[in-house]
Amino acid sequence: MSTTGRRGGVGGWLLAGNGGLVLLFLYAPIILLVIFSFSGAKDPGVWGGFTLDWYRDLGGDRNVQKAIGVSVRVALVSTIVATVLGTMAALALERFEFRGKRIFDALLYLPIIIPDVTMAVMMLLFFTKSFDLIDAMFGTRIGKGFATVVVSHVAFNIAFVSVVVRARVAGMDSTLEQAAADLYSTRWQAFRHVTLPLIMPGVLGGSLLALTLSLDDVVVTQFVSGPGSTTLPVYVFGLIRRDVTPLINAVSVVMLVASLVLVVASLVAQRASEGRRRRELIITGEE
Amino acid sequence: MGLDDHDRDRERDVSVGEEAERHLAAAERRRGLLLALPAYAYMVVFFAVPLVIVFAYSFSTRSRTGDPTFSEVGFDAYRKLAEPLIRNVAVRSAILAGVTTVICLLLAYPFAYFVATRKPTARNLLLVAVMIPFWTNFLVRNYAWRVILSTGGPISGVTEAIGLGETDLLFSRTAVVIGLVYSFLPFMILPMYASIERIDWQLVEASRDLYCSGWRSFTKVVLPLSMPGVIAGSILVFVPSLGAYVTPAILGGNKEPLLGEYIVGQFLTARNWPVGASLSFVLMTVMLGATLVYFRSGGKNL
Amino acid sequence: MTAAVSMRSVTKRFDDVTAVDSVDLDIADGEFFALLGPSGCGKTTTLRMIAGLEIPSAGSLKIFGDEVGTLPPNKRPVNTVFQNYALFPHMSVADNIGFGLKMQKVAKPEIAERVAQAIALVRLGGMEQRRPSQLSGGQQQRVALARALVNRPKVLLLDEPLAALDLKLRQGMQLELKALQREVGITFVFVTHDQEEALSMADRIGVMGDGRLLQIGTPEAIYDAPVDQFVADFIGRSNFLPATVASADEVCLTNGARIAMGGAGSVGDHVAISLRPERVEIAGRGAVPFGRPSLDGTIESVTFLGNSVVYQVTLDWLTVEARTENRPSVPRRDVGDEVSLTWRDDAVAVVPG
Repeated sequence: MSTTGRRGGVGGWLLAGNGGLVLLFLYAPIILLVIFSFSGAKDPGVWGGFTLDWYRDLGGDRNVQKAIGVSVRVALVSTIVATVLGTMAALALERFEFRGKRIFDALLYLPIIIPDVTMAVMMLLFFTKSFDLIDAMFGTRIGKGFATVVVSHVAFNIAFVSVVVRARVAGMDSTLEQAAADLYSTRWQAFRHVTLPLIMPGVLGGSLLALTLSLDDVVVTQFVSGPGSTTLPVYVFGLIRRDVTPLINAVSVVMLVASLVLVVASLVAQRASEGRRRRELIITGEE
Repeated sequence: MGLDDHDRDRERDVSVGEEAERHLAAAERRRGLLLALPAYAYMVVFFAVPLVIVFAYSFSTRSRTGDPTFSEVGFDAYRKLAEPLIRNVAVRSAILAGVTTVICLLLAYPFAYFVATRKPTARNLLLVAVMIPFWTNFLVRNYAWRVILSTGGPISGVTEAIGLGETDLLFSRTAVVIGLVYSFLPFMILPMYASIERIDWQLVEASRDLYCSGWRSFTKVVLPLSMPGVIAGSILVFVPSLGAYVTPAILGGNKEPLLGEYIVGQFLTARNWPVGASLSFVLMTVMLGATLVYFRSGGKNL
Repeated sequence: MTAAVSMRSVTKRFDDVTAVDSVDLDIADGEFFALLGPSGCGKTTTLRMIAGLEIPSAGSLKIFGDEVGTLPPNKRPVNTVFQNYALFPHMSVADNIGFGLKMQKVAKPEIAERVAQAIALVRLGGMEQRRPSQLSGGQQQRVALARALVNRPKVLLLDEPLAALDLKLRQGMQLELKALQREVGITFVFVTHDQEEALSMADRIGVMGDGRLLQIGTPEAIYDAPVDQFVADFIGRSNFLPATVASADEVCLTNGARIAMGGAGSVGDHVAISLRPERVEIAGRGAVPFGRPSLDGTIESVTFLGNSVVYQVTLDWLTVEARTENRPSVPRRDVGDEVSLTWRDDAVAVVPG
């Protein structure tokens, strides 16, 4: 779109003003939150002098540290599993035909549109009934915990990983794999030396998305976690509902910074590897 | 190459042909299925089965002890959805989601238009600027509003200073709407931007010639052409707002439950699993329907 | 001597479409063979069947006597240069070229040596560490060639190798490819829709249309004696004069004129005389020497093309195109001139009408 469409005069100023307001609206709450996390007042929204007390308290808070540990472990495990399974699914869907492919395709879209309350409910029901069944058959009582959280996270993350990787595979020149076969490679060799390196940005992007979604998740995790497997968002959510203290401000800022670092790092990494791949993929036919 | 060679070959020549083609095609299909199998099996066991269980439970009935039972099955749970209590919850949620969508529309459209008419570098910067808050933790973003809207919070402080007295916006529908708008505004901005950016500016210039007025050329040309973006954005905001749980929980208090909170309540406190299941299922079906509309209107290509 | 590639009744069907229809073909060892035809004629599918990227629905396909029908491409002693080159974007030129050797588990030192030889062969010295995106189109094509040739295949397949290059480059590459094939000495089979390319590079050409192999022969044979109107029209330009077979050695044109032509078919058959524009001789009206065919007409248009002049001459019942060289000894005609057209007896071919 050319810039000759810019409207001058009053219209132009109004637009710019609206633009500024929207950006202010988007950033102000976060900035205010950061500011208030350094406030000494008991009331989280009031300014009471600069202090690092809340952060110090945070440093010694066992519950928070435990929750962070659980969050990180859950995220790492579920991301690895979801990435492997999601990548395999993406390759299968883009490069092969097989019986039940359409159902599989549809099945992989559901987690993306399903409301998280519904997902939380169905996982809870599933686990409760499964555990009852196992108890009835083998007499062993399993409870909700780390495993149920990981299983649930993988259940929705496979879909997200596969969407991202699929886009990458679809954009890849399929004659490259034919060329590899023509050059004596087996299926596996072609995958290892040609396909995988070229879809790697997509795989990384998908795994990063899965990591973020896992770290962020509240409702599903709340429903399927048990004692000892509380993730940080669930813990904070509980804190917020019980009683709002400035400590939560500090925790929130820490979470904020962590997610920002993750986002920026992924942007940088993706741009770097994407830049390299894009340069490689631009094959021109000109002198 | 004599004819003898040819005849001899034809006898043992079963290696190529349609049978061979079928064989190879079948082998490919097997390979594909094998590759998909782990993810496929996982999704069936840990997604499809749970979904079916919910669906099954929506036909169960609540026994006197509060536990769901299959001794009586029927559409009772679905019938209850039509009763005033739940209907009000649904209507309230729909209205709230609708208001959120409209506000997002009004805020996002001028913004998307503004971004689309900047130079490329400024455009990309603005888009990234919009997305960064979105990528931070969802919980934290809602909590930030909790802090801002509370009494003693900054907004209250400002109104106090002007002499309007304390404002307590928290735990009200307004607070929830603000929270939802804040959470989903980028979902409205991006598709709208994509749609507006695609418009051929020469069309607008031509219409300026015809209508001689900036405003009319906007309403007659730009607005209709950006409709796909408007529709896509509206769906992307309305759908999650309808089923929102975290935002109302943090900002709305427990006064009037919305759909998300109500469903959760059926399972944790009210112990009415059949209704919880039927409501979840209906909610999911509505969202599925909306998403199909989104895809039909070309949302995928935005 | 065993043929490099031998096809008998090779057919390929996709659902209800027959892409390749019962092709019989022998390509000799060391030959530079072209499969020529318009798009959709099945030439690329045929090439892919030799490569192993498709398998025939019926028929027998042998490479140096060995039936290869269902062998996958990675088991055939054949390498392909793809139309879009299909260079691996994430590997250097040297790694691209050495890929096939690496897959065959050749020892590293030998790979390095053979890659160096291949690079010298296609004259890409100094480009070893570059990435494909850093190369020009012509250079990329040489990498594709080297990558295939380094494996010493028994047959090299090229899919429209010059299509992506601009005109000047293309003409240069035609000579280079021909020289390369002579030097390397292996069988080259290439597919093209450009008849000039086929005529200039190939030892023999197989013309395909609608999935069928219509004619095989040397460029001269196909040009001078096309087997039907399609071939005659596809290669070079041709006028077609409708005629009927009058006797064993005469055909009768539409205007009644009788032309001496033997072996045109049975009496009464409808045929056409294929007359190439450059074989048409223009003489003044009535000035054609006795014994030669003569058709009277008027010059309708004159087009000057630099090295030649093209005339459209209207006869009573059709228009004939004639092309003469732009030389001082050749008289120039004007629009409206009344002329007589003639040709040498051996300058025409007869095709089914």
